[in-house]
Amino acid sequence: MIKLQNIEKVYRTSSIETLALNNINLDVRKGEFVSIMGPSGCGKSTLLNIIGLLDAPSKGQIEIDGSPVERYTDKHLAELRNRKLGFIFQSFHLINDLSVIDNVEIPLLYRNTSAKQRRELAQEALEKVGLSNRMKHFPKQLSGGQKQRVAIARAIVGKPEIILADEPTGNLDSAMGNEILGILQKLNTDGATIVMVTHDEAMAKKTDRLVRLFDGTQVS
Amino acid sequence: MLTNYIKIAWKVLLRHPFYTFITLFGITLTLTVLMVVASFIDHLFGAHYPETNRDRSLYIATIMQTDSANTSMSSGPASFDFLKKYAKTLKTAERVAVMNNFGFSNAYVNGKRIKLNTKYTDVEFWSVTNFEFLEGKPYDDTNIRNADHVAVITDALRDQYFGSDHATVVGKTIDIENINYRVIGVVKGSPPTRVYTYSDVYFPYTAPKSNYEEKGLRGRFVAIVLARKASDLPAVQAEFDSHIARIPKSEIPDSQRMSVLVVKADTYFDHFLNTFTRSDKDRVALYAIVGLVLLMIMGLPAVNLVNVNVSRILERASEIGVRKAFGAPSRALLWQFIIENIFITFIGGAFALVLTWVVIHFINASGWIAYADLTINVSVFLVSVVVCLVFGLLSGVLPAFRMSRLKIAEALKV
Repeated sequence: MIKLQNIEKVYRTSSIETLALNNINLDVRKGEFVSIMGPSGCGKSTLLNIIGLLDAPSKGQIEIDGSPVERYTDKHLAELRNRKLGFIFQSFHLINDLSVIDNVEIPLLYRNTSAKQRRELAQEALEKVGLSNRMKHFPKQLSGGQKQRVAIARAIVGKPEIILADEPTGNLDSAMGNEILGILQKLNTDGATIVMVTHDEAMAKKTDRLVRLFDGTQVS
Repeated sequence: MLTNYIKIAWKVLLRHPFYTFITLFGITLTLTVLMVVASFIDHLFGAHYPETNRDRSLYIATIMQTDSANTSMSSGPASFDFLKKYAKTLKTAERVAVMNNFGFSNAYVNGKRIKLNTKYTDVEFWSVTNFEFLEGKPYDDTNIRNADHVAVITDALRDQYFGSDHATVVGKTIDIENINYRVIGVVKGSPPTRVYTYSDVYFPYTAPKSNYEEKGLRGRFVAIVLARKASDLPAVQAEFDSHIARIPKSEIPDSQRMSVLVVKADTYFDHFLNTFTRSDKDRVALYAIVGLVLLMIMGLPAVNLVNVNVSRILERASEIGVRKAFGAPSRALLWQFIIENIFITFIGGAFALVLTWVVIHFINASGWIAYADLTINVSVFLVSVVVCLVFGLLSGVLPAFRMSRLKIAEALKV
C-alpha cells in the first residue's frame, strides 16, 4: 500500500546541512498497524510527513498503491491526500474559530459533497469517536482527549484507507492515551491501514509492527 | 464552502478588534473618498435635474478654427444664426434648444444690489430640459415673436427679490439693468455645475441685450440637440458633421489663415473632455493621469493592507497546513483568502456607504454648491461595488498567493 525506497531527507541552510533521514526503506501493507519509534529528533515526524505527502524527500521514491508520486502536481497530490490519507497530529491542529462539526467537515470541503451530505458524514464520524453531543462546541471548550477525538473524526470523515498519526497520545494522560489507541485499533480492525509515530514503547507494542529509527537511520 | 470561509473571516475579524478597526478604518476611508468622488463625477456628468435627458443629448458649444498645421487655434461659442442654420435644421433630432452661456447682471431691491446670472433661450429650451415650474409657465413662441419683456426666474431669486413671504410672483415685474420684465414663471433652480442650464433668470432670446442677431459663425450661443433615443446619437452626429462639411469657405472668417473648421455635436462627457484635450494623444495622457491618481488613491492603502493581511494570515499558518494536509489545493486556499478579503472589504464598503451618505448629505445641505443634488444612486453604488471588489483583490491576492504556497510541514510547525 505504501512503499518507501531509499528515502533521504536533507535540511539545508546557508551554513549547515542536516541529514534527517538516511536510506529508509519501508513497505506498509494494506490493513497493517505500524508504529514508528525512536528518541526525539530521530526523524520520526519527518518520515511520517514524507509518507503523508506533506513533505518531499531529498532522494528516493514513494509509491502509494503502486504509483510513484514524485511527478504528481500540487493538485494531484492534494487529491491523493484528500481521498487516501487522514492525519492525526500530536497538537490536534483544530481550527479554533470553527465549531467541532465544522472542523470535522474540512476534508469534505475539497470534494464534490453537498452541505447536507457533509453534515451527515461529519455527524457519523463524531458518533464513532463518541462526541456527537459536542458538535456545536468550539475546540477551546474541549479537553485534550476530546480534541484528539475530534481530530480522529476529522481524519476518518472522508473514509481514507490510510491514517497517519503523529504522536496522537503525546499530549494526553495515560488513561486518555489508551482510549485514543483503542479507537485507532478499532479503526484498524474495520480495515484502515495505520502508521503511528510514538515514543511510548507500551503503545507501540500493541501495534502489528514496530519500525525503529535512530539518528535518521532505520535500525529495525 | 463559502459559508465556511465567511464564518472564518468573521471569527478572524473578532479575534483582534483593534487590528480589525485599523483595517476597516483604512478601507472605509479610502472607499468613502472614492465614492464621494464617484458621486461628484456623477453629479457633473450624469443625467440629473434639469438635464435629465443628457443620455440622449448632444452639445454644440464650441466653434474651433485652426490652421492646417494645427499650430494656432481660435475658438468660442457659436452665433445664434449659425445654430439656427446648422443645428436647428437637423432632421434626425427630436428637438434642438439654443441658449447662451450665462451672463452677469444686477438687480436692486430697496437699494441693495443682487448679483444675477442671466440666460437667453429659445422656447425649445424648456422642452429639451426638464425644469420644474413652481409657478407659472415658460415663455412661448408668441413671447419670442413679440420680443416680450418676460422672464422665468428661479425660486432662489424669487425669495431674494420678492421676499419669501409672498403668495405668488407671476405677473409681478422685476427690474434688471433698468428694464422691467414681467415674471412669467418660477422654476426650481439648476446647480451652477450644469453651466448650460444654470442661471437665475431666463429671458426669451429676442429680449434686449441678447445679441442674437449677430452674423458670422461665432457668437455667444450654444445648442443642446435632443435625439429621440440614445441609439440615434451617432446618426444625429453624422448629419451634423455633414452640415458642417457643407459650409462654404466664404462663410468662414479668416479662412486664408485658419482654414480648418471644427464643430462637434458631442455627448456631454465628450464635450467636457474636448475642452481639455484636442487629440487622441491628449486623451490618452489625460486617462493615464486619472488612472494613476486612482491607482495612488487605491494602491497606497492596498499596499498597507497587504502588510496587515500578511501578518494576519501568518497567524493562521497552522490552519493553512491543516487544510492542505486534508486535501486543499493551493488554488482553493488562494480563493479562500481572496474571498475572506473581499468579505472584509465589503464590510468596509458598507460602512463607507453610510459615511458617504453622511458626507453627501452634508455637502448638499452646506450650500457650497447651490442646488447641489449629489446622490448615491444606482450607478454610484455599482461603481462602489466594483471599487470594493478591486480593492479586495488588490489587497488580498498577494498575501493569499504567498500563503497558499506555504509548505505544509513548515506551516504545521508554527
